[in-house]
Amino acid sequence: MEWRIHPVALIRGFLRPIDPPLFLLLSVLLAASMMLMQSASPERMQAQLLNTGVALAMMWITARIPASRLLSMALPLYLVGVLLLIGVALFGEVSKGAQRWLHIGVTRIQPSELMKIAMPLMLAWYFQQREGAIGLRDFIVAAVLLAVPVGLIVTQPDLGTSLLVAAAGFYVIYFAGLSWRLLVPVFVLGVIGIGAIVIFGDTLCQPGMDWQILREYQKQRVCTLLDPTSDPLGRGFHIIQSTIAIGSGGLFGKGWLNGTQTHLSFIPERHTDFIFAVLAEEFGLVGALVLLVVLMLMILRGLVIAAQASTLGTRLLAGAITMIFFTYAFVNMGMVSGILPVVGVPLPFISYGGTALVTLCVGVGMLMSIHRERQQSQT
Amino acid sequence: MTEFRSPDQEVGQLRQRVVVAGVFMFLCLCVLAGRFFYLQVMRFDYYHTRAEDNRIAVVPVPPNRGTIVDRKGEVLARNFAAYTLEINPSRVEDVDATIDALGQIVQIDDYDRRRFRKFRETSKYFESVPIRTRLTDVEVARFVARRYRFPGVDVRARLFREYPHGDLFGHVIGYMGRINTRDEARIEEAGETANYRGTDHIGKRGLEQSYESLLHGHTGSEQVEVDVGGRAVRVLDRRTALPGHSLILTVDVDLQRVATQAFAGRRGALVAMNPKTGGVLALVSSPSFDPNLFVDGISVADWRALNDSPDHPLLNRAIYSAYPPGSTFKPFMGLAGLELGKRTPEQSIVDPGYFVFGGHRFLDDKPGGHGVVDMHKSIVESCNTYYYMLANDLGIEAIADFMAPFGFGQPTGIDIPGEASGVLPSPAWKKARFRKPGQQRWYGGETISVGIGQGYNAYTPIQLATALSTLVNNGVMFRPHLVQYIVDPVTGARTQVAPDPVRRLPLKAENLAVIRAAMVDVTRTGTGARAFAGAPYAVGGKTGTAQVYSLRGSRYKEGDVAERLRDHSWFIAYAPAEDPKIAMAVLVENGGFGSRSAAPIARQVLDYYLLGKRPEGPPPGAEDAGPGPAGGD
Repeated sequence: MEWRIHPVALIRGFLRPIDPPLFLLLSVLLAASMMLMQSASPERMQAQLLNTGVALAMMWITARIPASRLLSMALPLYLVGVLLLIGVALFGEVSKGAQRWLHIGVTRIQPSELMKIAMPLMLAWYFQQREGAIGLRDFIVAAVLLAVPVGLIVTQPDLGTSLLVAAAGFYVIYFAGLSWRLLVPVFVLGVIGIGAIVIFGDTLCQPGMDWQILREYQKQRVCTLLDPTSDPLGRGFHIIQSTIAIGSGGLFGKGWLNGTQTHLSFIPERHTDFIFAVLAEEFGLVGALVLLVVLMLMILRGLVIAAQASTLGTRLLAGAITMIFFTYAFVNMGMVSGILPVVGVPLPFISYGGTALVTLCVGVGMLMSIHRERQQSQT
Repeated sequence: MTEFRSPDQEVGQLRQRVVVAGVFMFLCLCVLAGRFFYLQVMRFDYYHTRAEDNRIAVVPVPPNRGTIVDRKGEVLARNFAAYTLEINPSRVEDVDATIDALGQIVQIDDYDRRRFRKFRETSKYFESVPIRTRLTDVEVARFVARRYRFPGVDVRARLFREYPHGDLFGHVIGYMGRINTRDEARIEEAGETANYRGTDHIGKRGLEQSYESLLHGHTGSEQVEVDVGGRAVRVLDRRTALPGHSLILTVDVDLQRVATQAFAGRRGALVAMNPKTGGVLALVSSPSFDPNLFVDGISVADWRALNDSPDHPLLNRAIYSAYPPGSTFKPFMGLAGLELGKRTPEQSIVDPGYFVFGGHRFLDDKPGGHGVVDMHKSIVESCNTYYYMLANDLGIEAIADFMAPFGFGQPTGIDIPGEASGVLPSPAWKKARFRKPGQQRWYGGETISVGIGQGYNAYTPIQLATALSTLVNNGVMFRPHLVQYIVDPVTGARTQVAPDPVRRLPLKAENLAVIRAAMVDVTRTGTGARAFAGAPYAVGGKTGTAQVYSLRGSRYKEGDVAERLRDHSWFIAYAPAEDPKIAMAVLVENGGFGSRSAAPIARQVLDYYLLGKRPEGPPPGAEDAGPGPAGGD
């Protein structure tokens, strides 16, 4: 009897790791991705289908791994990631002026992408170890664990990714209970700093003004955000054209495959970082709000999983992963609609590209795994 | 921070933080939603327009320029399409590197680079600037295959102007050149800015300039949907361009060629016209220039050669250079004497070889004088003394008043730009001309010089030709003109440029007959007899010699000076004498006596025009075309 595999049981077994609400929301996003890809870059449809398949498989595999096992992989993953980043700094391949890629045999990998998963995993694992006795010292250790890879990524230079990795680590620290007395002043300082840049942007963006902490091109990005028309044919062009695309979409959009900005190539990188402009142009405000709602539901689901998770490590991990999804989405849509600087962040689950999709789906898989473990511990 | 907490406490704290995070994220998404609402609802109209502006470009379609043909339909100016390689500097990051890279594919020499830089200075920032013109088919193919490597560079078919007869009509047709800032100002003033979108050449000099508005036509437009690279994706709307009018001229290519060759490279000018209409049959200024050199932007070397030449080929001597008319003025002086009652045809003087006025001796050319001289003989033998006396008797005011209606000293109004007015001297003119009171006074001796066409007298060849035409056309004066018909590009209808008489001079027929009879004898027995020996038709003419004194101030050049200080040689002629179909003025600079250089040129032109006879030794490239039809202009 044991050897007879019942089809229903087989399907059940197959589906067991899957969390239905998360998977449903993910499916909506992936379907939207396909539709938009058909409009933005139909020749990439096949490749994106393959990416999606791989990503879903990775999600399924990850979801099957028990959450505790996931955490136990944190240290080796983290160490490998840091080593690879050092490798990039020493032997990395220079592409578009930045050293981000490392050749491994036949393929090349971007270790900073791995770090997006390894970082929260590592910190969650660390706090898990210190459960019940978390003190100031632990936060200092966490800060150091965080600073090493972030510093390595900054020197590549890759401001966008380093910010995302830093954010991922920070979320864990936040959920671990970093004192509000430390968080609030930092938050207030940040708001004041951004406010100051916006208000004194004209002076700060004078040529010859040295910002010390940021590289010239990074200064350019911030300045372009403040006044896109200052560089209408360069960086500003992206923002100007993507806001035109969004704005001209109106309430209901121009219709699928009918976006003039999209189809006449006015939207730069319209299949990757700027794919949201395609959505907003062709599906209008309604389409954009539907996307926001789906993302919000996904976040809510993630937060619920975090709140219900059985161990400290998995709680921290789930919370951080959820916040990472949000960060991707917010930064991407913010930059495409012209309220944040242009940094290379894809729209989660929708932008073209295999690496980010796999990373994000692995994150979903982790959420599923965490949720399943909590159910198992309850039963 | 507590060193020790219960798991429940920790879960509670975490849930609190989860809620804070959730609220924070919700607020952030609301900010995004607000941003989308702002862009897509509140500013929808603005961005909608921006997107349409992005998408639709109105591309001007420049019209085909009208052609110019001679009276027999021989093409003098036409268009041909040629491929040009153009760079849009606003879309190219490193223009010099791009040009270097293009140089690997098509030939680009220093001249092309220099010209590109020059054009770029004067063109607007977003305009395409040609780097190479007239690409061969092979070059076009080689570029097109590599076009993807050159954003902002494109091959375009452009219409260029071509002048198949080269320098034969340089001064008549003028040439096309790129629109410069001065042209732009003129276009804007004329309210033609929209009509010149997409046009980058404009007529300069000659008929190309004076008939610019007709030749140019009306610019059409295409509404095209363009992508971000400015490449047209599809045409949404089209308004066709209206080609320019074509011109049919009064000139005759073969006559012009005969006249030009008769100069044999000497400096001078010739204007031949139909006295009954004012239609110009030939207009020569020698040496000339090849207008084709200018079409593409003239090279420095070519420009230097033209501009620095001591022969001044760019100078249109026929309408711009004014010379003392010398003895060609005498028939008009004689007519003045008759008309104003100061002389009769029979009245004679005795010429001792000089005329004394105010203690000064005015000499005749012939030592010992011409003896007894009446009006007829005074013209046939060109007797100076006769005219010294006549001028003295008439007085300067009467001379000026009589000559002015013939057009002396004022632009004739020929339909090409650049005409000079010359000088018809009078006390009033002198007063206006000079500043010092001592110079402003008119002296009696100056009147004497004016009588023989010297002194302050200075007229352009076309003025002399027009005055002669008026004289032989019984006082009916026509404005000289080069364009006979204007052809509508759509209907093909020809509009004749109406030969309205400018004025009719009340001249007595018997007086005109006296002068004309004398002029006929000039070519039979007088100063023009040698040049017209054996002519089977009757010709009226008059030689003239203009003293050169204007060159005194010029720099001394060895071997050059002697020739350039020689007198200018004039000849005016009309034929057939009984019923003139052609009247002309010929000037040869430093040609010496009129009978020696200018008259033989007139003979060759008349022989060809009236007999179809070419000068011996047919010129290279001469066709077998018959003589031009006389009259009917």
